[in-house]
Order: sequence, then C-alpha cells, then structure tokens
Amino acid sequence: MDLLTPEFGLFFWTLIAFIAVFAILGKYAWEPILNSLGEREKGIADSISIAEKVQKEMKQLQADNEKLMAQAREERTVMLKEAKEMKDRIINEAKEQAKVEANKIVIEAQQQIQQQKMAALTEVKNEIGNLAIEVAEKILRKQLNSTEGQDAYIEMMANNIRMN
Amino acid sequence: MNYKRFLPFLILAFGLSVSNFLFAQTNGNSSGTVGENLEATKIENKENNKEESKEEKKGINITELVFGHVSDSHSWHLFTIVKNDTKKEIPVAIPLPIIVYQPEKGFFFFLSNHFEEWQNVGGDSSFSNSYESNGTKFHLEKKMKEKVVAEDGKPVMDFSITKNTLSMLIGITLLLWVMLTAAKKYKVGTVAAPKGFQNFVEVVVVFIRDEVAKPNLGKKYLKFTPFLLTIFFFIWINNLLGLLPGGANFTGNIAVTACLALITFVVMMANSSKYFWSHLLNPPNVPFLVKCLLVLIEVMSLIIKPVALMIRLFANMLAGHIVILSVICMIFIFGMLNVFAGWGFVPVSLAFSIFMFMLELLVAAIQAFIFANLTAVFLGQAIEESHEHAAEHHGSHAAIESHAHVIESKSK
Repeated sequence: MDLLTPEFGLFFWTLIAFIAVFAILGKYAWEPILNSLGEREKGIADSISIAEKVQKEMKQLQADNEKLMAQAREERTVMLKEAKEMKDRIINEAKEQAKVEANKIVIEAQQQIQQQKMAALTEVKNEIGNLAIEVAEKILRKQLNSTEGQDAYIEMMANNIRMN
Repeated sequence: MNYKRFLPFLILAFGLSVSNFLFAQTNGNSSGTVGENLEATKIENKENNKEESKEEKKGINITELVFGHVSDSHSWHLFTIVKNDTKKEIPVAIPLPIIVYQPEKGFFFFLSNHFEEWQNVGGDSSFSNSYESNGTKFHLEKKMKEKVVAEDGKPVMDFSITKNTLSMLIGITLLLWVMLTAAKKYKVGTVAAPKGFQNFVEVVVVFIRDEVAKPNLGKKYLKFTPFLLTIFFFIWINNLLGLLPGGANFTGNIAVTACLALITFVVMMANSSKYFWSHLLNPPNVPFLVKCLLVLIEVMSLIIKPVALMIRLFANMLAGHIVILSVICMIFIFGMLNVFAGWGFVPVSLAFSIFMFMLELLVAAIQAFIFANLTAVFLGQAIEESHEHAAEHHGSHAAIESHAHVIESKSK
C-alpha cells in the first residue's frame, strides 16, 4: 500500500529537523534545565540535611540546656541550703556571742555592784565606828565628869593592873 | 478558568473542519467512486454504467477523502469552492514550495499552486496539469498519495516542503520557542521555585528523567536524558498539532516514524557496549545449535525493535485520524441516504468525534511517552555493562552465584 512506503523527502526533512532540534534544545534548553534541576535538587537535599543537622544540634543544645538548668537548679538548692546553714550558724554565733557579752556585762555589773556594796558597807561601818566612838566619848565624858567617877575609874584601872 | 477563552476557537475550528466536508458534499467529487458502504446499496438500484457514474457525482468518495486527509500533500488544502454556474471546483489551498532534484539537471524550485487542474484517469488515480520549470515538465500524480513526476520519465527526488514538512516546521518552531523560553528562566536563579509555564515543562522533564531515563539507563541516564526529552517533546507536539482541524498527519506518516526509529537505532548502535555484543553474538553457556538459533533471533530482534517503534507510532496516529474522519464522514454517508438522516446523525457523530478527540489527546501523550520509554529500554539494553566479568568465564553455577552476590551487595 502507498501509505506504507516512506517518502524520501519527508524522511530527509524530518531527519534534519530532528537533529537540529536535538542540537539546539540539547545545548540551550535541556542542558540548563537539567543542570539547574540537578542543582536545585542538590540544593534542596543539602538544605534538608542541613536542617536535619541543625535540628539535631538544636536537640543537643536543648538537652545541654536542660542539663545546665538541672545543674543550676541543683546548685541553687545547694546554695540555698548553704546559705540557710550559714544564716543559722551566724545567728547561732551571734547568739553565743551575745550570751557571752551579756554574761560579761552581768559579771561586770555584779562586780561593780559588789564593789559599790563593799564601798557602801565600808562607809556604813566607818560611819557606825565614828558614831560608836562619839557615843563612847560622850559616855566617858559624862562618867568621868565627877571626881567619884574618876576615882572609881582609877580604882578599876588599878584593880586591873593589880590583877594582872 | 482559561478554557473558556479557547472554547469559541474550538467550536470555530470544529465548524471549519466540518465545513470542509459540507463543501465537499455540495461540490460532489470529480473522482468518481463512492464509498464502499454505499456502493453496495447503489449497485442494486443502478442498471447501467452511465446512470451509475452520473449518480456517483453527487456522492463523496469516503476512501479518497479520508486518505486524502491522512496522507501527505504538496499543498495545504483548506476547502473547495464550487461555482454554481460553471460547476467548476476551485480548491482553496496554501501553496507550498516544491523542491525536486534530478541527478542530471539539479534542483528545481517552484510553488505547488502551479498544479491547479486535476484530471481523473479512472480508478483512484488522478494527475494534475504539467508545469514547466527550467525546461523540464513536471506534474503531480495522485493515487493514495501525491507524487511529483517528471514528464521526461527520469527519476525524481522530491524534497518538497510538503504539508507534513510544514507542519513539522511549525511544530519544532513552537517547541523551540516554548523550551527556550522556559530554559531562560533557569539561567538566572538556579534554586528558585518554578513559575507559570515553566512548571509544566519541568513536570514533564522531571517525569522523563526520573520515570523513563533513570530506571532504564542506570548510571549514565543523564547522558541520554536530552535525547529522550527531544524525542518525547518532538513526537508529542507534532501529535497534538496533527489533531488540530486542518492539521497534517505528521506523526502518522511512515517516513517520519521510520526516521525517528532510525535515529533511535543509530543512537543505540553508537552507544552499544561490548557486553551487549558479546551476549548477542556469543551467548554464554548455550549449546552450539541453540546458540546459532539464538544469535539469529537476537540479530532479528535488533532490527525488529526499531521497526516495532516505527509501526507502533505510525499505526496509532494514523488509526486515530482515520477513526475521527470516519466518524465525521458518517454524517455525509447518512446525508446521502436522506437529508434528515444526515442532520439527525450530526449529534451522534459529534459526540463520537469529541470522544475520539479526547482519546486522541491522551493517545498523543501516551504514544510519545511509549516511544521515549521504549527507546530508553532498548538503549538501556544496548549500553548495559556486565556486572561481573568473572561470570562469563565460569560455569552457570558460578554465574548464578555471582549474580546472587551482586543482588546481595546491591540490597546492602
């Protein structure tokens, strides 16, 4: 049949056209398209791997952060505990010191009280002594005012001497 | 949606294509014979030849019409006007350049509109008036298809820009324009996301690269992707152009598919590996007699592969065109029986042809894909390198073992 016999002219033109199209498209269309497609795919793959890496790093960072946080919390607890201890110690020390001071003050006060009591007592004794001497003087003066009294006294004195 | 914009064009185009037949119907046809279907019914009614030939003037020759549309032509025929007073037919066609070569006389260039009068010489063949170009007379002969004949009887090589050639030129211009425009966008920003029409091109390019080239061609797939892309788009765009009303049946022409198949064959041969040939001409581990038979079959298959490619595309596109044309011709076949039957059949025929048209749109892409895919498969077979050279020298057991080893190492 006629339809099954190829015409040479059409064959020829098709061949030339196809080769020309292949050459032109190969250089100016397929090459840039395929290249940039490849580049884009590579870019996307890279971006994804970078994103994954970053995500991993983020996770690492987060884990680190959490660890740090936990550590910090622990440290805080420790510090709080220490501070509390220190506070207690200081308070205790202060209390001790205060007690000591207070005792000292009390002792000093007692000493002073004692001293002043002694001084007062001494004064009172002196006063009483003076008073007793004055009274004795007055009594003696009165008794020795008369001759009889003087004689009696001399006699008593002499008796004392004799007796001795 | 954009399709609304194109709807009037589609209707207009379809109307035009139908008007071709309407004109043809009112014109009658000079060539004579009626479509085979009708011939049988008519012969019953007619008794003598004169009456029959007179009656046939009113009918249309379906066979000639259909094959006139699917075969190549030296002019781009649009429609035919018949003058009412003289009954003279005036074809309205775009004249195309005719380029013929005779070994002794060289090239002749002239336009096809010099062949304006056609005469029927009985049967299906007709010839045009002669035209003298540089002292040599030429005329066109038409049986199933047109042929330029020199009247001095010497052989003629016809390099004319025929309807199919022009259609191809339009197709490749479109293709180049589309692809080069799309490719421009890739030079500027390389990692930018695709936009607009670039999207469409990219989807197809990636499809061909990943679904056709990669699975069939192995590691070297990028080397052959441009070739496969060119084949695919070249066939596809020409398939689509052929579907346009008034379009040429370019990819349904055996010369075209032969050319494409030959290119595939040449590319296949040029890139074939030693491994391919050694397996083809000396299949390992086969007794001598079987080997002879195998080599014969393999060599035959080598030739059959491109031939199958050629026939597949040709037959598919040709069949599609013929079916659409036949469905439309039904209107006029019924119209010849009865005017009302003709009009009555219009919706049925329209529905059928729209369905066929949709199917052909699909087939246009599928055939382009199949051609590209099979090209990739054949190329893949030809460029395949042996996985393990040791396998060829040892026994079959070793071969199986090494093969298993390869599979194992691959799966790892």
